[in-house]
Amino acid sequence: MKSVTIIGGGVAGLEAAARLTRMGQAVTVIEKSDQLGGRLNQWHALFPFRTPAGPLLSKLRNNVAEGMNMIVNANITGVEYNDDGFAIRINNNRMITANSVLLTTGFDIFDAEKKEEYGYGIYENVITSVELEQMFHSGKPILTAQGNIPSRIGFIHCVGSRDEKAGNLHCSKVCCVTAVKQAIEIKELIPSAEIFLYYMDLRMFGRHFEELYKEAQFKHGIQFIRARLSEAFENPDGTLQIRIEDTLLAKPLKMNLDMMVLMVGIQPQRKTGNLIDMLGLERDADGFLMQEDPYGSPFKTKIRGLYCAGGITGPKTIEETLIEARAVAAEINNYLKHKETYTGHEHFVMEL
Amino acid sequence: MKFDLFVLPFALGLTFLLGYLTVKYSVWYFKLETSDRVKVRKGFSSLRVIRALREIFFESLLHRRIFLKNRLLGFMHMSLAFGWFLLIAVGNLESRIYQPAELNLPYVPIFFKFFHANPGAFPMHRIFSFVMDLLLLFVLTGVILAFAKRISSGAYGMKRTTRLMASDRFAMTSLWLIFPLRLLAESFTAAAYGGGDFLTGTVGNLLGNLLSATLLYYPAWWAYSMSLGIFFIALPFSRYMHIPTEVVLIFSRHFGLEETGHRTPITEIEINSCSRCGLCLDACQLSFAGGVHTIQSAYQLKAIRYHHIEPKDTFNCLMCRRCENTCPVGIDISSIRMITRKELNGRTPDPSFDRQPAIQTRKADVIYFAGCMTHQTPAIKKAMQTVFKESNISYWFMDELGGLCCGRPMMFAGHHQQALLMIEKNRKLIEESGAQTMVTSCPICFKVFARDYNLNIRIMHHTQYLLELALQKKIRLEPIAGSAVYHDPCELSRDLTIYEEPRQLLGKMMKLTTAEFERDNTLCCGNSLANFSAGNDVRQSVTRDAFEKLTSQGAQYLITSCPMCKKAFEKVADVPVKDIAEMVSKSIHKRQPKVIAGKLKAEPSAALTFH
Amino acid sequence: MIGFGYKIQADRQIDYDSNNRRILEFVRDGEPSIDWCMSCGTCASACTAAMTADYSLRRLIIQARRGMENEIRESVYRCRFCGKCFNACPRGVNTRNIVYLMQLAATKITNHEI
Repeated sequence: MKSVTIIGGGVAGLEAAARLTRMGQAVTVIEKSDQLGGRLNQWHALFPFRTPAGPLLSKLRNNVAEGMNMIVNANITGVEYNDDGFAIRINNNRMITANSVLLTTGFDIFDAEKKEEYGYGIYENVITSVELEQMFHSGKPILTAQGNIPSRIGFIHCVGSRDEKAGNLHCSKVCCVTAVKQAIEIKELIPSAEIFLYYMDLRMFGRHFEELYKEAQFKHGIQFIRARLSEAFENPDGTLQIRIEDTLLAKPLKMNLDMMVLMVGIQPQRKTGNLIDMLGLERDADGFLMQEDPYGSPFKTKIRGLYCAGGITGPKTIEETLIEARAVAAEINNYLKHKETYTGHEHFVMEL
Repeated sequence: MKFDLFVLPFALGLTFLLGYLTVKYSVWYFKLETSDRVKVRKGFSSLRVIRALREIFFESLLHRRIFLKNRLLGFMHMSLAFGWFLLIAVGNLESRIYQPAELNLPYVPIFFKFFHANPGAFPMHRIFSFVMDLLLLFVLTGVILAFAKRISSGAYGMKRTTRLMASDRFAMTSLWLIFPLRLLAESFTAAAYGGGDFLTGTVGNLLGNLLSATLLYYPAWWAYSMSLGIFFIALPFSRYMHIPTEVVLIFSRHFGLEETGHRTPITEIEINSCSRCGLCLDACQLSFAGGVHTIQSAYQLKAIRYHHIEPKDTFNCLMCRRCENTCPVGIDISSIRMITRKELNGRTPDPSFDRQPAIQTRKADVIYFAGCMTHQTPAIKKAMQTVFKESNISYWFMDELGGLCCGRPMMFAGHHQQALLMIEKNRKLIEESGAQTMVTSCPICFKVFARDYNLNIRIMHHTQYLLELALQKKIRLEPIAGSAVYHDPCELSRDLTIYEEPRQLLGKMMKLTTAEFERDNTLCCGNSLANFSAGNDVRQSVTRDAFEKLTSQGAQYLITSCPMCKKAFEKVADVPVKDIAEMVSKSIHKRQPKVIAGKLKAEPSAALTFH
Repeated sequence: MIGFGYKIQADRQIDYDSNNRRILEFVRDGEPSIDWCMSCGTCASACTAAMTADYSLRRLIIQARRGMENEIRESVYRCRFCGKCFNACPRGVNTRNIVYLMQLAATKITNHEI
C-alpha cells in the first residue's frame, strides 16, 4: 500500500483525502491549527445561493474513513525527499513518511491593518468581511460598537487586492460576489438599513453571479457606487464619514456610515517558515505557487511526487477547490500506481 | 627690470583673469540690494574680516572640512591649494628679500629660478631654496593624487566622482601640467646653471644625463608659462572659478549676505563657488540607492551656471539636504534649487486658489493641524486627539475635514504665487481662532508654518508639544516594552535640527538604540514631496535601503515622527512602524477598551468621551 | 445663406477621431506610467483640491486619452501638489509628475509652442 501525506486539512485537503482513501491509498492529513476544514470554518453561507456552509463542513469532516490518519496542531519543521518518497518532520519530534505529498496549505487573508487609511483597528466601526461572516454565524444581532442597530452600512471592495500599495497586484476574485452576498444577508437581517457597495469593478464571473447582482439591486435595494475610497474619517460619535469621487458622475461625494465592511483579499502565504519557501518551490509574480503547466498538469510541482491543489495556487471558490481536489486525487492515485514505471509524463486527454 | 618673452603667456593670462574677475565681481556688487551693499561696506571695516580670513585659511587653503571627513581627499585638496598658495607667498617673499630695491613684477617670483638661476648668497637663501623645493614637492604630491583619483576614485573612499565637461577637463589638464612643467623648467635650469635644491637639483641631474638641459630649459619655461596662462584664461569658465569665488563667498557670508528666495548676485556667487568636487554625489540617496546619477547638486549647479537646466532633473530631488550637509564650501544648495524651480514654474495663480476653503474658524487655545498625509495614517491623528482629550486641552482640529494644504508642496513645485495665496487664506483662519499655539503632525507643514506664515504664535511639531506636555506633567507616560530605533525625518533634521526633543520624549517610554544614519546624517525615507519625477520604483529602492541601514543594529520598533516616513517604511518593514504620537497615546495611563463592532460590547468610558 | 430659423447646437459628442491627443503623448513621453491608470478614482477621492475646486485627476487622464484639450486646460492648474493621490494610487502611477507635465503641455499649447 502506498502512502500519501496531505499537508493542509482544509477543503482541498479533506476532499482529496476522502477520494484517495476510496481509491485505496493510505492517507495522512497534517493540519497546523486545531481543527479541520480550513477557511470553510470562517464562512457562514456560500455564494451564490447562500448555501449554509455548516453541512458541507460536516460532510468533509465526517469523510474520515478507516486508513485515514489525521494530525492536528502540527507544525512542520522540516521536509526531506528523494525519488522514493518524503520524510516530514512535525513539531521537531515526529516523523511521517510518504510516497507522495499533496500541498493544500491554502492562502492568507490580507491584514486590514496594513491599509491604515481605512481605519481598521483605529476606528471602532470598521470591520472586515471575515468578521462580518463570523457575526452572521454567531447568530447574534449585528450592532455598532456603540450598541446601536446600524442604519447605514458600506462595503469597500478591493481591500488589499489590485493594490500596489498593499503589496498585492492580483484580483482576489471572490470578494465582489461575497460583498453582494453579504449585502443581501445583512439587508435581510436589518431590513431598515441602507447598504452601499463601493467598487472599482464588479467581477460577477461565475454562474448565477450576475443574476445575484440584479437581485441585490431590485429585490433588496442595495446601492452600488463606483468609487474607490482613499481614506475614512471618524465622527465624534463613532460613525464614519467617507469622502469619495463618484466616478460615474465625476463629482465628489461625502456620506456618513454607521459601519464599514472591508472586503479583504486573498493573498499568498508569505510568513517565514511557510512550506513553499521551505521546499524551495518557485512562486509566480503574484506570490502564489508557480504552476509550470496550468493547462496540461496544473497540480504538479518540480519535485517528483509532490502535488499541489486549492488556494495555494491562487484565489478560488469552494466549488473550484473541490473540483481541483478530486482531480489531483486521481492524478496522485495514477502516480502511485505507476510509480516504478513513472517517466514524468502524465496521461491526459489532450495528448491522446 | 627682468623680462623675457616667455613670461607673456603668464602675464597676459593673469591680466585677463584679474580683469575678468574685477569686472564680474563689480557687476555682482553693484547688482546687490542697497542694504546688502551697506552690509559689505560695513563688513570690510569690522572684525568680520578677520573671521572671514580665518575661515578662508582653514577651508579654502587647508580644506579642513574635507580633511576631517576623509584624510586622503583632504590632503589632496590641501596640498594643491595650500601648497600653491605657499609657493606664491614664499616665492614673493624670497624675491623681495633677494632684490628689495628692484620693481617686483608679479611674474618675477613665479619665474624666479629663470631670472636668478644661481642666486648665490642672500639672506636665508638656503632656507628659501629648500622650502621652495619642498613646497613644489608638496604640490606635486597633490597633482599625482588628483590624477590617481580620476583613475580610481574608489581608493579615496568615493564611490562616484564627477563626470566632467570638456572645458573642465581642458582647464584641469592645464592645471595639472603647471607644476610638473615648473619642476622640469627649474630642474633643467639647475642642470644647466646649477642652483637647484634637493628636488630640482636631483631631477636636474637625472635629466641632465639623459637630455640636453641647456637646450631644453628655455622651452620648458615657455611651456610652464603657457600652462599657467592657459589655466588663467580657462579658469573663469571652468570649475576652477571656485578658487577666487569661494573667497568672495566666505566674505559675503561673514558680512551677513544670504539667499533670499529669488535670484540675486549672492546666488551667482554660490553657483560659481562650486568646484564640482563630487562629495555631494556619494551623499545623495538617489545615487547610491536609486540608480539616478544625473541630478546631483554638482550637476544641477553646473546646469544652472551654464544655462542648460533640464526641468526633469531639477524636479528630481528629494531636498533632503544630505548634499548640502556634505558640501565643503557650504553652498546653500536647497535655496538655489527652490529659486530655480520658481523660475521654471512660477505662473499666475489659477482662480481656484483665491477661494476661501469652506471651513469655519473655531476659537481655541491650541490649533491642531494634522497635515494632508496624516489623514492617510489616521492612527497618528487619533493618537493626538486622544492626548488632547486626556489632558483636557481646548483645541481646534483645523484640517479635520481635509481640504486644507499648508502650501509647502506648492512651493516645492515652484508655483510660488499660488503657494502664497494658499498661505494667506490659511493664515486668516489661524489668526481668527485666537490660538496661541499651533501643533502639527507633519514636518513639512511645520517648516512652512514656522518660516513662511509670519505668525506670532508658537508653532510646534507634535514631538515638541508632547514632550512639553510630559514635562509639564499634563500627561503621564508609562514605559512600553521593547527597543526602538528612531528615524529623524529629513524635514526635521539638517535645517530645523530637531533631534533631541523626539528622543527625549521617546526615551521616557522605550529603550532607544542608536543608528549610524541619524541626526544630521539621517536618510530620507523616499516619500519626499519635493521630488516630482521619481516614480515608485526609485522611491521604494531608497526606502528599502534606508530601512536596512536604520535597522542594522536591530530594534523591535521603528519610530518616526512624520506620516510620510511611516507610510514609506510600513511597506518594506518587517518590524512595526509607529509614530511617536501613537506610542505616547499607548503609554498614557488610561483604560483603553479596544472595540470591534459586534465582537465586544463597548465599555462606557468617561475618559474616552469624544464630544 | 438660408436661415433655418433655429440654431444648431454645438456638438456634445466626443469626436474621437478629430480630437488631438498631443497632451497625452507629451505626458506619456515624460511619464509612461500614465498608461497604468485604470480610472478607479482613488486619486480623486484623496484629493485635497477637490474640496474647494472642480478638479479630478482621474477625469483629467481620461480627458487626455480622449483628446479633450479645452477641458484639460480649464482644470489642470488647480492641483495643490499635496501628494495624497500618489500615496493612494493602487497602480503606482506617478501622479504628481503627470499633473506637472500636463500643466506644462497646457501652457505650451496656450503659448502656441506645440
